[in-house]
Amino acid sequence: MAGIAISNVCKSFGSFEALRGVSLEVQPGEFVALVGPSGCGKTTLMRIVAGIERQDAGRISIGGRDVGQLRAADRDVAMVFQSYALYPHLTVAQNIAVPLVMRRLDNLQRLPLLGRWWPGSRAARQAIHEDAAKAAAALGLGSMLDRRPAQLSGGQRQRVALARAIVRHPKAFLMDEPLSNLDAALRVQTRREIVDIHRRAGATTLYVTHDQAEALTMADRVAVMLAGEILQVDTPDRVYSDPQDLRVAGFIGSPRINTLPAEARGDGAVEVAGVPVGLGTPDCGPLTLAIRPEDLRPDPGGRLEAVAEHVEFLGESLLLHGRLPQTGTAVTLRLPPGSQMPSGSFRLGFAAERALLFDAAGRRATLRLAVHAHA
Amino acid sequence: MPEAALPARALRAPASQARGARGEALAGLFLTLPAGISYVLLLLLPTIAAVLLAFTDYELGAPDVRWIGIENFRELVDDRGFVISLRNTIVYVGIVAPASIAGALVLALLIEATTRGKALFRAVFFLPVVSLPVGMATAWQYLLHPTIGPVNAFLRDVGVAGPAWLTSSDTVLLSLAFIGIWEAIGFNLVLFLAGLTAIPRELHQAAEVDGVRSAWERFRLVTWPLLGPTTLFVVTITMIRSVRVFDSVAVLTQGGPNRASEVLLYTMYTEGFTFFRLGYSAAITLVFLVIVLGLMLLQTKVLDRRVHYG
Repeated sequence: MAGIAISNVCKSFGSFEALRGVSLEVQPGEFVALVGPSGCGKTTLMRIVAGIERQDAGRISIGGRDVGQLRAADRDVAMVFQSYALYPHLTVAQNIAVPLVMRRLDNLQRLPLLGRWWPGSRAARQAIHEDAAKAAAALGLGSMLDRRPAQLSGGQRQRVALARAIVRHPKAFLMDEPLSNLDAALRVQTRREIVDIHRRAGATTLYVTHDQAEALTMADRVAVMLAGEILQVDTPDRVYSDPQDLRVAGFIGSPRINTLPAEARGDGAVEVAGVPVGLGTPDCGPLTLAIRPEDLRPDPGGRLEAVAEHVEFLGESLLLHGRLPQTGTAVTLRLPPGSQMPSGSFRLGFAAERALLFDAAGRRATLRLAVHAHA
Repeated sequence: MPEAALPARALRAPASQARGARGEALAGLFLTLPAGISYVLLLLLPTIAAVLLAFTDYELGAPDVRWIGIENFRELVDDRGFVISLRNTIVYVGIVAPASIAGALVLALLIEATTRGKALFRAVFFLPVVSLPVGMATAWQYLLHPTIGPVNAFLRDVGVAGPAWLTSSDTVLLSLAFIGIWEAIGFNLVLFLAGLTAIPRELHQAAEVDGVRSAWERFRLVTWPLLGPTTLFVVTITMIRSVRVFDSVAVLTQGGPNRASEVLLYTMYTEGFTFFRLGYSAAITLVFLVIVLGLMLLQTKVLDRRVHYG
């Protein structure tokens, strides 16, 4: 297994800057998810790693070796495409065998008709067939070797694409939204299977997705990408609870994190809508106070006032949507089911140690818990 | 009109489901009548008439018609002119079809690979298809003229004595075949280009990641198999179109010199409309029909099974 190192990669399409100096390191055997909204450049970055597209600037190395001059075929990575990209005229077994045929047979052995009888061809083909069958069996495709992609369901096609990737033990796996064409139930199941494959093979994996649930559940580390930049690379837990950028905080987590416009007074005390909320910061000026919905609660002793608007029942929890009357800012609270629902005006409390402060540029600001007051 | 009343009644009173279904079927039949009538009048009856005519000795203006069975066909087999014409047609198709199909495929791949001027190349090669065949034939007559034609003028300049392209029995069929290729290649090219754009780009990229290094290998693994349906259509249409060669022969050579460029449809035309032997001409038409039907059958039955519609 080999790691992938991406450093300062830039790419433009015409006047559109798709990637603005992206750096990312994937350790050998690590599973890194690259998550971001559509059009943020994540697929472009993956295609550059694969060698399908060329970067304008920056370096890609795989296994410590600069692959800038290598073509896709020589980089020894396997890629799973969103559309699966199976060869429609080949059977499942032949599809899976393609990477082996291309690597293990020479030009003469690959000749149509004649190549079959070339010296060494028969034994090599036999070995390829066995390996392809093994990869197929590992993904539960053993009984479908002779079918063509058109005769398979979406989930089965997905497995063929995965089998084609694992069959040759590449240096790294690149997966481009491999689950986005599957229905919800199958997606959860295949998610597990991909993680299992990764555990078993211990293969370095770069996984592109726009679905944060996939990224958080599958990956060792998550790289959050927005507008052509990687904003944070961290474990799923830290990306969620310790975001370094307001955009990361806003993108990760559903329902979206609450963002309250705030102000730091000269003495460092943080005020929301003119009310000190018991937080302090060394800087002064406009701020954003971000709090996850599950860290907010109705609290008779709370300092902020909110007006309840409506309730959503989610089964395992309730979402209470409300508004701060002074500023009109929307707030969402995640409450345990069966909670007493306030109606009309209520006081809002939050766990101060879970609050996040961001400065005017959206960067994380230092938070000091004010000892003299409680929220 | 009793037929007209039927579907209306069926629509008004769908008493039972069976009757309703029958009424619907009748209504369907009724609605196909305009197309059906024109098919019968314009295609089926003339074809049957031509087939029947092929077994008679009918001549235009002759007072009576005699049923002579397969006499016409027996004459065809012994008719040196017909045998030459059939052979010429086979040679012509044998040159034009493979050359225009392979040429169009190569051109389409080259044009597809260019980043600029795609539309220009497409238009340039498609021009012969939209131009008037007779007018173009006249232009070729000038180009290939042995003394004043630019082709031979160029050959003279480089020190080669150009042949009399259209008036020597050695080269006339080749010249006609070349014109045929020139006419067919643009049409095939556009079909291949359409087929190429239908191939998902991701398949080529997947092939690259899978270890395909050369353009030839990529062509073999992805392009050629996925072009299968297009190729099948191009092969069928090109063969049928080139069996039908007539305009260029009629305008440029009238089958000459010494029958060296006599082709099936031209023979049919002269027998029928120069010598007015309509029965004999119909027999030639029947041979032509059998060839075309045979080609279509071969292609749908044999080739279709080997083409994978992904």
